[in-house]
Amino acid sequence: MSTESITWPSATAGSRSFVDTLHEWVTTVDHKRLGLLYIAYALVFLLIGGIEAIVIRIQLIRPHNDFVSPQVFNRMFTMHGTTMIFFVVMPVLFGFANYLIPLMIGARDMAFPRLNAFSFWMTAFGGLLLYFSLVGANGLYGAGNAPDVGWFAYAPLTSQTFSLGHSTDFWTLALLVSGVGSVGTAINIIATILCMRCPGMTLAKMPLFAWLNLVMAGLVILAVSPLTAAQIMLLVDRYLGGHFFDTQAGGSAVIWMHFFWIFGHPEVYVLVLPAFAFASEIIPVFSRKPIFGYPVMVGATVAIGFISMSVWAHHMFTVGMGAAANTFFVISTMAIAVPTGIKIFNWLATMWGGKLEFKTPMLFCVAFLFQFLIAGLTGVMLSAAPFDWQLGNSYFVVAHFHYVIVGGILFTLFGAFYYWFPKMSGKMYSETLGQLHFWIFFIGFHLTFDFMHIPGLLGMPRRIYTYEPGRGWDMWNLIVTIGVFFQAAGILVFLVNLLWSYYRGKPAGSDPWDAWTLEWSTPSPPPAYNFALIPTVESRRPLWDLKHPDDPDWKYE
Amino acid sequence: MQSRGSNRWHGLRSPILLCVCCSTTAFADRASRLSPTNIFAPASTPAKSIFGLSLFVLAVTGAIFLVVFTLLLYSVVKFRKRKNDDGREPPQVYGSNQVELAWTVIPVLIVVALFMATARVIASVQTARPENAIEVIAIGHQFWWEYRYPGLGVVTANELHVPVSDPNNPTPALITLLSADTDHSFWVPRLAGKTDLIPNHPNSMWIDPHEIGVYLGQCAQYCGTQHAKMLLRVYVQSREDFDRWAQQQTLPSKVGGRASAGQHIFETTACINCHTVSGTAANGRFGPDLTHLMSRDTIAAGVATNTPEHVRQWIQNPDAIKPGSLMPAMQLSDQELDALTAYLETLH
Amino acid sequence: MSATLNATALTLPAQELAWKPPSRGRVGMYALIAAESAIFTIFVVAYLFYIGKSLSGPMPREVLSPPIFYTICLLSSSLTIHFATKTLRGGRVRSFGAWLLLTIALGAIFLYGTASEWHRLIYQDGLTISTNLFGTTYFSLVGLHGFHVIVGLVGLCIVMAFTLSGLVKQEYAERVEVLSMYWHFVDAVWIVVFTVVYVIGR
Repeated sequence: MSTESITWPSATAGSRSFVDTLHEWVTTVDHKRLGLLYIAYALVFLLIGGIEAIVIRIQLIRPHNDFVSPQVFNRMFTMHGTTMIFFVVMPVLFGFANYLIPLMIGARDMAFPRLNAFSFWMTAFGGLLLYFSLVGANGLYGAGNAPDVGWFAYAPLTSQTFSLGHSTDFWTLALLVSGVGSVGTAINIIATILCMRCPGMTLAKMPLFAWLNLVMAGLVILAVSPLTAAQIMLLVDRYLGGHFFDTQAGGSAVIWMHFFWIFGHPEVYVLVLPAFAFASEIIPVFSRKPIFGYPVMVGATVAIGFISMSVWAHHMFTVGMGAAANTFFVISTMAIAVPTGIKIFNWLATMWGGKLEFKTPMLFCVAFLFQFLIAGLTGVMLSAAPFDWQLGNSYFVVAHFHYVIVGGILFTLFGAFYYWFPKMSGKMYSETLGQLHFWIFFIGFHLTFDFMHIPGLLGMPRRIYTYEPGRGWDMWNLIVTIGVFFQAAGILVFLVNLLWSYYRGKPAGSDPWDAWTLEWSTPSPPPAYNFALIPTVESRRPLWDLKHPDDPDWKYE
Repeated sequence: MQSRGSNRWHGLRSPILLCVCCSTTAFADRASRLSPTNIFAPASTPAKSIFGLSLFVLAVTGAIFLVVFTLLLYSVVKFRKRKNDDGREPPQVYGSNQVELAWTVIPVLIVVALFMATARVIASVQTARPENAIEVIAIGHQFWWEYRYPGLGVVTANELHVPVSDPNNPTPALITLLSADTDHSFWVPRLAGKTDLIPNHPNSMWIDPHEIGVYLGQCAQYCGTQHAKMLLRVYVQSREDFDRWAQQQTLPSKVGGRASAGQHIFETTACINCHTVSGTAANGRFGPDLTHLMSRDTIAAGVATNTPEHVRQWIQNPDAIKPGSLMPAMQLSDQELDALTAYLETLH
Repeated sequence: MSATLNATALTLPAQELAWKPPSRGRVGMYALIAAESAIFTIFVVAYLFYIGKSLSGPMPREVLSPPIFYTICLLSSSLTIHFATKTLRGGRVRSFGAWLLLTIALGAIFLYGTASEWHRLIYQDGLTISTNLFGTTYFSLVGLHGFHVIVGLVGLCIVMAFTLSGLVKQEYAERVEVLSMYWHFVDAVWIVVFTVVYVIGR
């Protein structure tokens, strides 16, 4: 009895009205559909955030440019950062987690399907709320539309005194609402992974993808909550006359920074752990070897999770915390480099001695290794506090974190798109367009973000709408801006590939990559119930065991 | 052009050469010609300590990069699937405890070395108590810098003057950093790392510039609309020149007999609500002290040169020079503007 | 090489696998409690940080008196809800209803106590959320806790309504226990808040 013979009414190609289809998608609680909704949502905001980046870079292409006013520029960088982190990267990662985790652990859905839907819609509403500020934030003072306080919204710039109108409130409320969605998804991921694994899949036999998302979900729970608390305090200050961050009443601006970064630093690990998850699934398959050092990878992930809660004030080295505090945060930040480096070495060792095939997913993951190495090393530079006293709050930092988020996370994300597109759509993408996307984007990425380090080293601070000529920054800014257009072109190629392949791609079958985890045992796309019979597994690579019955993994693990 | 190009490479790629050069100011001099705000052109002890640490950190991270990148490149080339592949899976290796131990222990040792070098510099810069120091209080405003020298009775704005410091007999400047509104950050890369100005959270920093000159920088913590134009100018002078400047700054404005038309306008319009001209009725603290406006090279925190045209334009329409600054357009007629500008031109 | 796999091939024959993963409801509630604890921790840290830093206005020592009676009520409600779930597991639904009603009553009394304390502080002592740092941190922290008590009471009342209409059965004991975990959390938070506000902060 094969799974193909069991059909589900909605899978039949019948003609349903547009309203029926819309209704189905809006009311769905199926983890795969919600995953696709998250991903589609994120792609829309990727384009919006990208346009904001283009505006920023055109304004900075030469000194004393007047492409946009300072007020508009300040809104651009605030919205670009907030959009990209909360409404692009987090949703797309939640989308992939939602889609893949039940399939990988042999379950039929997430632990709480209705909570899943609720969380998605809360996140989606948060994004709409943030952008509604363009229309609705004029308030009584007519001051500003979109928020312009920077994505980290330092006090007291966010107080009623310095932020007139309601733009800051839209920032606060949008993130509060989407934060509820994030915590809901995290609860779901934790409960699913701990409670719904198929028989035989102990925690030690779970795919690394599940481990990394488990630790990520734990971090969301512990990190998003402090942001929620701080935002409630900000609202109390702005509307109830509170004094949490009111320096005139003895309040502290620094405590906002502490609360924000207690969220903000684990947040970047929330963003990067799923990227590691993608790499940990893709690299072994295209090296034709199991991941090297699975237990150490798990241990390193858990260590990163713990240590990441103790490094936050490396964002505050210039704030005047005193030598003892600065020294503590230096050592904790440098410490986190150790498990992170171990992971890079393990990925390298996975490739070592293998048979590497450079299909598009693997291209993106190899570039990820190269770029994440550099990003980690510039991070080590920043962790040396006195060096950070020069480099902090400059374009060096902007280059560093874009190297991580674009060069690390977005690259593995593209890899993940290409790797799982056949599973999600049932079609193969165009390999030619994929390679074209890769090379155009790779060139653009390096043009922009390699050269962006240099103005930082030459004294250019961040968040400035223009700069003085004669500081030696002009040529570098020009090169950085040019790179952005290559990246835009790469993304267009990517979108064309997605659309074209969805309609015209060759049928992919259930296992186009000859891979080893459970999702590749289902049809492409999987039916609503995922598995006709819940599988039982004996090793970390159940499909390897099936394909190599004479040489199964469980004999060696 | 050729030497500038090679400087760029040396500045970023050749730590050994730099170690030899770093003790000479010649390198800093060349680096500063690449950019007046180059962090690799230190001219003061805190910046030099940071520079030394940065070379060590760059050397270590550079070495790590070379090793790992070489391994990556090698594996990408050596282990690619060949065209005549036999289709068999390669040996399935699950891990190796020895290897894992090795690449745990070595990074830990590297971290310990980096940490110790870093801790030393933190201590030397942050816990130093400079003796013989000129005391300055810097107060950050949206979007200008106020400077007070409590020991000398000087109040000025936007252009910080300090005496040059001889390394054998240092005369540093100790700067207390306060803020009147939101967060700012004082960053003059050639003199020191940046330190923030945060309301209700006084900070302090020190500099001991070794060479006479003007050092540039700007605010490095987003503080609102005109954050980008809150520029810094530090004038390092010989001791005699500094003393003469300080002496001059303590004098009240020359009040000659009858108040000029311009002074009358200044004192009857809202100007005196924000600005101080010592020796007159103008006593405002919200905006920069204008008593010695003509002793400065620039106005509006370094944004425009201090010429009569710019001064006039600033009063007439500040948004044309610095849109979003807190100076209001004063709605004066042309004759009033002319008279007022003429008055301000007398404030030496 | 990769033939279409069918599900039966994946199920290995024989062996009864002893496989008892934890209950989803419990794990989910623990995760929620962890998130809420993190929020409360930040408010507690702010409270502790600002002790003694108010520039003016009524000080804690002048206006706060520890609400011992109401605290006893709230903590007892943890006991009563524990008995409630025990009797439900034992199948005695009516007894469960009685214990649940007692829990709700004790919780409501606690809320009344908070409300009356706030009334006195605002109208008699002149302490509001905007008066000074103490006012801001006090009303925020105690208010956040009170809000969680209200949410818990709403949940308990819903269960009460289901009990009265006969919908609650012995097999739902696990779900009621998950709700009771939330209620225990609310009480535990009160112990921390009480210590920080009425003991340390005074």
